[in-house]
Amino acid sequence: MSWLSKALSSSIGRKIIMAVTGLFLCSFLVIHLVGNLQLFKNDGGAAFNIYSHFMGTNPVIRTIEWVLVAGFVFHIYESIMLTSRNKTARGAQGYAVNHNEQNSPWQSRNMGLLGTIILIFLLVHLYNFFYRARFGELDPDINNNDDLYTLVVSSFQQWWYVVLYVLAQAALAFHLIHGFKSAFQTLGLTHRKYTPFITYFGYAFSIIVCAGFAAMPLYFFFKQF
Amino acid sequence: MKLEAKIPEGPLAEKWEKHKFNVKLVNPANKRKYDVIVVGTGLAGASAAASLAELGYNVKAFSFHDSPRRAHSIAAQGGINAAKNYQNDGDSVYRLFYDTIKGGDYRAREANVYRLAQVSVNIIDQCVAQGVPFAREYGGLLANRSFGGAQVSRTFYARGQTGQQLLLGAYSALSRQIAYGKVKMYTRTEMLDLVVVDGQARGIVTRNLITGEIQTHAAHAVLLCTGGYGNVFYLSTNAKYSNATAAWRAHKKGAYFANPCFTQIHPTCIPVSGDYQSKLTLMSESLRNDGRVWVPKTVEMAERLRAGQIRVADIAEEDRDYFLERKYPAFGNLVPRDVASRNAKMMCDEGRGVGQSGLAVFLDFADAIKRNGADWVSQKYGNLFAMYEKITGEDPYQQPMRIYPAVHYTMGGLWVDYNLQTTVPGLYALGECNFSDHGANRLGASALMQGLADGYFVIPYTLGDYLAQTAPKPVTTEHAAFQEAEAQVRERINKLISINGTRTPTEFHKALGHIMWEYCGMARTAEGLRYAKQAIQQLRKEFWTDLKVVGVNEELNQTLEAAGRVADFLELGELMVDDALNRDESCGGHFREEYQTPEGEALRDDENFAYVAAWEYQGDNVPEALHKEDLAFENVKLTQRSYK
Amino acid sequence: MAGNNPNAKPMNLTLRVWRQRSRQSDGQLVDYQVKDISPEMSFLEMLDVLNENLLHKGEEPVAFDHDCREGICGSCNLFINGRAHGPEPGTTTCQLHMRKFSDGDTIVIEPWRAAAFPVNKDLSVDRSAFDRIIQAGGYVSVNTGGVPDANEIPIPKNIADRAFDAATCIGCGACVAACKNASAMLFVSAKVSQLALLPQGQVERKTRVENMVAQMDKEGFGACSNIGSCAAECPVGISLENIAILNREFLNAKATSNNLA
Repeated sequence: MSWLSKALSSSIGRKIIMAVTGLFLCSFLVIHLVGNLQLFKNDGGAAFNIYSHFMGTNPVIRTIEWVLVAGFVFHIYESIMLTSRNKTARGAQGYAVNHNEQNSPWQSRNMGLLGTIILIFLLVHLYNFFYRARFGELDPDINNNDDLYTLVVSSFQQWWYVVLYVLAQAALAFHLIHGFKSAFQTLGLTHRKYTPFITYFGYAFSIIVCAGFAAMPLYFFFKQF
Repeated sequence: MKLEAKIPEGPLAEKWEKHKFNVKLVNPANKRKYDVIVVGTGLAGASAAASLAELGYNVKAFSFHDSPRRAHSIAAQGGINAAKNYQNDGDSVYRLFYDTIKGGDYRAREANVYRLAQVSVNIIDQCVAQGVPFAREYGGLLANRSFGGAQVSRTFYARGQTGQQLLLGAYSALSRQIAYGKVKMYTRTEMLDLVVVDGQARGIVTRNLITGEIQTHAAHAVLLCTGGYGNVFYLSTNAKYSNATAAWRAHKKGAYFANPCFTQIHPTCIPVSGDYQSKLTLMSESLRNDGRVWVPKTVEMAERLRAGQIRVADIAEEDRDYFLERKYPAFGNLVPRDVASRNAKMMCDEGRGVGQSGLAVFLDFADAIKRNGADWVSQKYGNLFAMYEKITGEDPYQQPMRIYPAVHYTMGGLWVDYNLQTTVPGLYALGECNFSDHGANRLGASALMQGLADGYFVIPYTLGDYLAQTAPKPVTTEHAAFQEAEAQVRERINKLISINGTRTPTEFHKALGHIMWEYCGMARTAEGLRYAKQAIQQLRKEFWTDLKVVGVNEELNQTLEAAGRVADFLELGELMVDDALNRDESCGGHFREEYQTPEGEALRDDENFAYVAAWEYQGDNVPEALHKEDLAFENVKLTQRSYK
Repeated sequence: MAGNNPNAKPMNLTLRVWRQRSRQSDGQLVDYQVKDISPEMSFLEMLDVLNENLLHKGEEPVAFDHDCREGICGSCNLFINGRAHGPEPGTTTCQLHMRKFSDGDTIVIEPWRAAAFPVNKDLSVDRSAFDRIIQAGGYVSVNTGGVPDANEIPIPKNIADRAFDAATCIGCGACVAACKNASAMLFVSAKVSQLALLPQGQVERKTRVENMVAQMDKEGFGACSNIGSCAAECPVGISLENIAILNREFLNAKATSNNLA
């Protein structure tokens, strides 16, 4: 299988892994968002807690969770490998003056920065909700499920938490604006007929998904007043 | 030495076929025992190097560029002729042959030109097989256009970048052989001398342009594919690095130089805008299909226009002189290059030129835009209009273009026989570097054809004939001739560096170019040429006493490179003047004012000048010896060209 | 003699030029003044003026690559004021004219920066990596002679046109210079897609892309991250679509070729 490892460690191979994992993570975002929309249901969190209980205990979900972890790990690992390769490729002496803002969009040049912001957010997010839901002690709700809902609501009533979430979602939006259509480009899935659609869809996807996520902390923050 | 053209016997159409059968072959197993040096890797050099390597020879290829892909063949715009007759419009090998001979004003060898027309068809096949993206019709077959006043559509093209696409094709074939190890490629390496051992070309001396290292290389044969010498004029459409050094060094080692005065002046170039001008840019001849050439009718009006007192729009239709249409009602703006160029010069000499310098005429698309709309003009000429605007800052949709003739191509070059061998056995010249196929004037879309014909389809046969008669013994640079040549090269470089005068190579080059353009350019007189000769001699003296070069040999030293090239131009320029002075007639690109018809057209003297003038070097500052190769025309009748 | 525009005023400029003696030595930016620069001059003619001045002063002129000066040979390669080939889109350095600058400007001129393009001297860089990539497979393996008639294989006009668009690459390296990652993907993709589109390129389609990409990686170019600077700065407008084609060709070749290495 040396041909496979060689192919995947080539510059294009690594990009393909970035693209595949990136698109997979996009699909996770959709599921995560759709599930979390239950936060908006005005039932004191019952539906949301049923859902989170299901996600935390269903064996299929628990298995796929590992695939998701792998997706993140590969996406991050390859990005580090590529970034270091690309830094070396410029050479020891860089430009004294470089106006690349005149030839390319900001987010495209700053995917590493955006990704890092998202990663930091992710760690905070995992610690705050995932870790405490899975390993911590949460009070039971009326259905005797762990009451993750209350934790979420109380978190989102703190302003600094909301700011962090909204900023992270903005970073994610920019990351996706470049990343979504870029993944199709990397996979060679371009066509004069369909590529314009993919581009527009990518924009819409990035904005809608991130706005959806950002709506949750904002909703609970302003609801308290 | 008598010039032996070695033209095969027999009817014109059978000469090449017969010759291919009669040449000696090198045993396939022996081919790898022969080393061949190819200097220059443009169309001719890259195609030759690739083809010879494919046959099994060991090739060493040299280019002063950083990559073979940068050779100036790349700048050819229009297209490449081939007698395919895909258009069913009456073309044939014979017609291409006839047009080329006639276009060259009957100063080319029939047999060579016929062979060129014959192999032209193979070139297109070869290039298509390499993946050259020629223009195509909707049915998927190749498109053709008519070009340079030809009455048939035989020109294959790839938009306005045919030269680029053909060169990249040859470059890809060469790259493949480099990858196989059959070609050893030396880039950024300049040939500075030829090594002749016992009367045979056996190697070259080179300088690495990055490190300054001087090296010698030995081989069983040396091919010069180094292009033309148009830069002797300083301003030309040639690339800045295009130079005559390799050919001139070979000339000084015994290769005769043929018809050096035959230079082609292209009518549609962007005019000079100032003293700082470094080169001239050609715009495709096709512009004359729809543009109308004119100047103001009176000198007074032209003066006011130049001074900015009136604008183009202020000149009424009846005050405009469409001089080509007036003088040549049948061909109008489509007269051949030399005629169009000369007439533009005449108008400017009369004081009716336009632009600040007065050295330009208008090429006006107003009628075409009115007739067919700006969109139509843009579709056809958009890229040329954009290029014009980029360079001049003027919008040719709004005001007429200004054009002026510029040196474009040199028909003269190293004398070669039918086998492309020079007068030094084992030394060959291919492409623009030789003199063989275009006579006194080259037709549009024929330069690419000749370069590739020589490299792909002629030299692989004719070189074998020579090598088969050479023992397949290894060659080395041991011989004293190599050390001697190397020492001479070093001495010359040291001399250039040590003069430490006050004038730069560019200043000398410009001064030479000025003399050449004024007295050996579009129109020449005996008096002017005599003046030019002594002026060049004087300039050369000053060069060797007042040149300024800084830096050392052991580095990238572009001033030193330029100095060596200018030194050679200063010698070649004088030979061009001698040749122009010797040729007491007008033909093609060579126009002597003393010899013209009452209508001002070139007047040939077939009785006395139907020959190739081949010059033999006799020593520094000694007049060169003239050898004549009489041109026998057995198949075409010599006629006066008329475009009335 | 003056240019065509009688109102064009000469300019005085400060040039901040990268000077470096050789590949081994260090370099730095050095300031020079040039006076009376005509707006009609090309950028390289302005550098000619600088170099003639330096020569007269007994200083070494600035080495830079150039040749045809009409935008087709791909030799010229200057990074001007932070842009590959300067501020004008779709223009090589040699076709950039001084009328795009103003009196009193400071112009920073640097060489292409990439580990795969080492500096020879001053502004001249070594782009032989591009040649080695072509040598790895950027050709159709046909010997001279023995090929079919040119019209034997019809090629749809739109395919021929697209192949031509890719084939117009002049190999200047602006794509690498402009790319944040110093990636050569646009250059490589132009050749790969030209030959992948044409029927003549089909026979070696898979080995070509595998070998060319392998060589590209070996030369130390960066990886494409679809930023688009390359296409934006490309003087001949090579499209990003070619990179997608390259990716597709690569995927297909790796997945289906018989090459186990």
